[in-house]
Amino acid sequence: MPDQTDQMDQAGQPARLAQRPGAPPPPGRPMLDVSGLTVEYVMDRGVVRAVDDVSFDLMAGEFIGVVGESGCGKSTLLFAIAQLLAAPAAITGGGVTFRGQSMVGLTDRQLAAIRWKDLSVVMQSAMNALNPIKSIGAQFKDAMRAHGVTSAAEIAGRSAEVLQMVGIDPVHLGSYPHQLSGGMRQRSMIAMAMLFTPDLVIMDEPTSALDVVAQRSLMVQIKDLQQRLGFAIIFVTHDMSLVSHFSDRLMVMYAGQMAEFGPTRQVFDTPLHPYSIGLLEAFPSIRGPRVPLTGIPGSPPDLAHLPPGCRFAPRCPKVMDSCREISPELYLVGGVEVRCLLHAPSAAAAASTAPASSTGAASTGTTPGHDSGGADE
Amino acid sequence: MSLPISGVPTAVDQPGQLPGAQPGAAGPGPAARQPTTHALARMGRAIRSNRKATVGTVLLAIFLFAALFPGLIAKDDPGADAYQPKLGISTAHLLGTTAQGQDMWAQLVWGTRNVMIIAFVVGLAATGIAVLIGVAAAYLGGLWDGSLSLLTDVLLVIPLFPLLIIIAGYAHGGGTLVLILVITVTSWSYTARQLRSQALSLRHRDFLEAAKVRGERRLYIIVVEVIPTMTSLIVAAFLTNALYAVLFASSLQFIGLGNPNTQSWGTMLYWAENEAALQTGQAMWAIAPGLCIALLGAAFALLNYAFDEIGNPALRPVRRRRRKRA
Amino acid sequence: MRFALRRLGFFVVTLWVALTLNFLLPRLMPGNPALAMLAKFHGQIGPGTLHALEVLFGVNTQQSLWSQYVTYLHHVFTLNFGPSLDFYPESVTSVIGSAIWWTLGLVGVATILAFVLGTGLGIVSAWKRGGRLDSVLPPVFVITSAIPYFWMGMVLVLIFGFTLGWLPTQGGYYVSTDSPGLNWIFFQDVLSHAVLPALALIITLIGTWILTMRNTMITTLAEDYVRMARAKGLPGRRIMLDYAARNAILPNLTGFAMSLGFVVGGAILIEYVFNYPGVGYMLLQAVQGEDYPLEQALFLLITVAVLVAILIADIATALLDPRTRTSG
Repeated sequence: MPDQTDQMDQAGQPARLAQRPGAPPPPGRPMLDVSGLTVEYVMDRGVVRAVDDVSFDLMAGEFIGVVGESGCGKSTLLFAIAQLLAAPAAITGGGVTFRGQSMVGLTDRQLAAIRWKDLSVVMQSAMNALNPIKSIGAQFKDAMRAHGVTSAAEIAGRSAEVLQMVGIDPVHLGSYPHQLSGGMRQRSMIAMAMLFTPDLVIMDEPTSALDVVAQRSLMVQIKDLQQRLGFAIIFVTHDMSLVSHFSDRLMVMYAGQMAEFGPTRQVFDTPLHPYSIGLLEAFPSIRGPRVPLTGIPGSPPDLAHLPPGCRFAPRCPKVMDSCREISPELYLVGGVEVRCLLHAPSAAAAASTAPASSTGAASTGTTPGHDSGGADE
Repeated sequence: MSLPISGVPTAVDQPGQLPGAQPGAAGPGPAARQPTTHALARMGRAIRSNRKATVGTVLLAIFLFAALFPGLIAKDDPGADAYQPKLGISTAHLLGTTAQGQDMWAQLVWGTRNVMIIAFVVGLAATGIAVLIGVAAAYLGGLWDGSLSLLTDVLLVIPLFPLLIIIAGYAHGGGTLVLILVITVTSWSYTARQLRSQALSLRHRDFLEAAKVRGERRLYIIVVEVIPTMTSLIVAAFLTNALYAVLFASSLQFIGLGNPNTQSWGTMLYWAENEAALQTGQAMWAIAPGLCIALLGAAFALLNYAFDEIGNPALRPVRRRRRKRA
Repeated sequence: MRFALRRLGFFVVTLWVALTLNFLLPRLMPGNPALAMLAKFHGQIGPGTLHALEVLFGVNTQQSLWSQYVTYLHHVFTLNFGPSLDFYPESVTSVIGSAIWWTLGLVGVATILAFVLGTGLGIVSAWKRGGRLDSVLPPVFVITSAIPYFWMGMVLVLIFGFTLGWLPTQGGYYVSTDSPGLNWIFFQDVLSHAVLPALALIITLIGTWILTMRNTMITTLAEDYVRMARAKGLPGRRIMLDYAARNAILPNLTGFAMSLGFVVGGAILIEYVFNYPGVGYMLLQAVQGEDYPLEQALFLLITVAVLVAILIADIATALLDPRTRTSG
């Protein structure tokens, strides 16, 4: 993990921009601690729980990928963490602690100090996320002035610098979003997120709007930036194979809940949850043997009318009778948390096995007895 | 005379965002058209739950009743100058009498009929024209769209009320029929534009493509698939046009360009102004009919606004949420 | 550039339609109104003028419709609208000239005020969703926007003019005691006479603008770039104005300009109620007095005014929205 001085040297920047209020967490303690986070939408047809009891933590410099289908709640999770939800959505349970400070319930004004300086956001479509009537440079300037940088020289210098970091000629500071190509827009959004070299960057499908080639090059760029500047990333996408090359840990979400969470290599090579297996089998390998494509039949449940028991049961190829009655907890299996009765501890060991802790530290093992779907890469 | 309130006004060259035009909007479902009865039932429920809609409906119902059964509410003959002029409010004359000795309450109640006729006939006719032209322009495209849109825009920009005044002037104060005709012919353009915008945005929706692939004829698609989906906007257009009709017609009658002998709120105001009612202490003569116009107009406007909210949930009143404390 | 040309083309077409309407209407309406008018004014105007009017309205003339049309257009473009019949022998242009300032002042100022207040209140009420402003404003203004302009005027006259006696209710100034001039007394006079009509205009106008601004603002506030602005930690007011309001107002600008046609209608009625010596009042007098040359000229004037307003709104939109500058 690069330390503070390294970051400042690499950024080559006056210390002011990289300063953060509050001390960095002592090594070993997570930078972000999400526990039992629940987000509900109040709508006419009832209350919909878009995120249900999600818990995980994030260490400094770590890259966590969050994958799932549309509507599984991954974007809502992201916005909930960044405290960017708007009516009718609201956090109704659990907490989010960032660098030791609880974030839930703080007002925008209270959050302003850490926003962008310690935590920045990259959204899916730069065309929508950038103000269409302001130039790129003006939007950079906005952010800097909001955090006390007033010298025009500093602003100009830093703006040019972050653009160069992502490979864009600083002459485009005067351009408007619609004048740039899609890829350049996304990259300038990322550059904007780098303005204060934050500790955590939250990315909501930043590559989905691009073509495959641009996607790859953007991912490489993001990873490169991460290695140089040392920030942590939470990266949401529906493309599991894309993120699996770059993430340290991988979370699979389904119907608002965590379905599987663990080190990327493990989840990707040996997925435990039938849903993860299904997702992986939907991406054929270019180099591997020809396999018939199997999708996952059916569609995600209506969050306002959830089935009893496991939410994936109606579509699960390995469904058992108990699945329709018991809602599985998260079970820890060799470093990976999985929400599936197939991996539930046997009745005899039930008393000694508690639902998994969130740091992936080793705990009393559970009986495997699961299939590993040997997915190709 | 005032602008109709709609969710988002459309600029000249941009297709406007309209309630019901967004794919995910509440209202007829995005991927399938629903049978009209179902849509009407939902509308009924929505009306009951939305306060503005309820108030609007109640007001409208009151006026409709007065228009249909005036004799039940007002016993006197509105046209008879049978009473002592300029009487004040009393139990015999609920609003007093006019300078010509007519019972004001009777005039007010019987005048409702003229106003409602104008409102509904013009409303329906203008909306019909608007649907025809708006949807045709959207579907025929090309040169047809260009010329129809040009016609619509030109009529939209030309100041309507001065035009109406001039036409009515040339017609030398024709009666209600002239008013209806003239207002209908000139006032459909605003709603035609809204309808065209929505029809355009519907063109490529899935269920329409499905109909095309099925081999249905264009006319069939338009009448059976498109128009029912636009129901809520068509109803809103009717309300807008009815509102306009009431305001325009009353204004024309007020300045004496209608037939001053018809029983109507506008003509009451005309006579009130003629007899300098405000200055001579007969304020009720001017206040009462004007208030009725305002209330009827408010009924249409409230219903229109409520439809906006029903179609675009983002506009609905927000209840304050308790903030979750950390 | 192409956009500008198309707009200009549209204006030309609209103007042409207005001109042609003016030309055709008296000829098409049943009862030959032109003949009736000429008969009415027969004894009051000179023979030369009579003949000119006959030509203008196609009465007793051998010219074909087309050549009448050409003559008519020629007159219009040389700004020769002929004599006013009500104000004979003054020419139409000079008659209008005296009235136009009153209308410009009253309607211009009232519209600008209503616009500024209306959009301001709309922005704030959308920003504070669920607040007191937001729950009170919409229903109140839905109702006020349905009130007929002239009735508003009458109510104000009743309350402030007759019952309370605070403000004058007729005319532009006290005709009997003052004469127009650049002095303070006259100015005060004008102001006091303008308050009630302006108020009537503002109250009826403002409702629609508050509501449309509020609705666009609400839609804009749901956009991603507003969320992004929050994420950047920008202060609330900056988000409200710089990110939301500036974007929300753009689609409304042209709509506002086009609504001027309606404002004009309302202004006519208000001038009527208050006997305010402006262009609208004059139009009504012209129509009632069958002064066709005058009413035609006024109609054209009003149309041109609305087109100019739309042009200004277009320019403003182009200035404020960089997307229109580089496209089309």
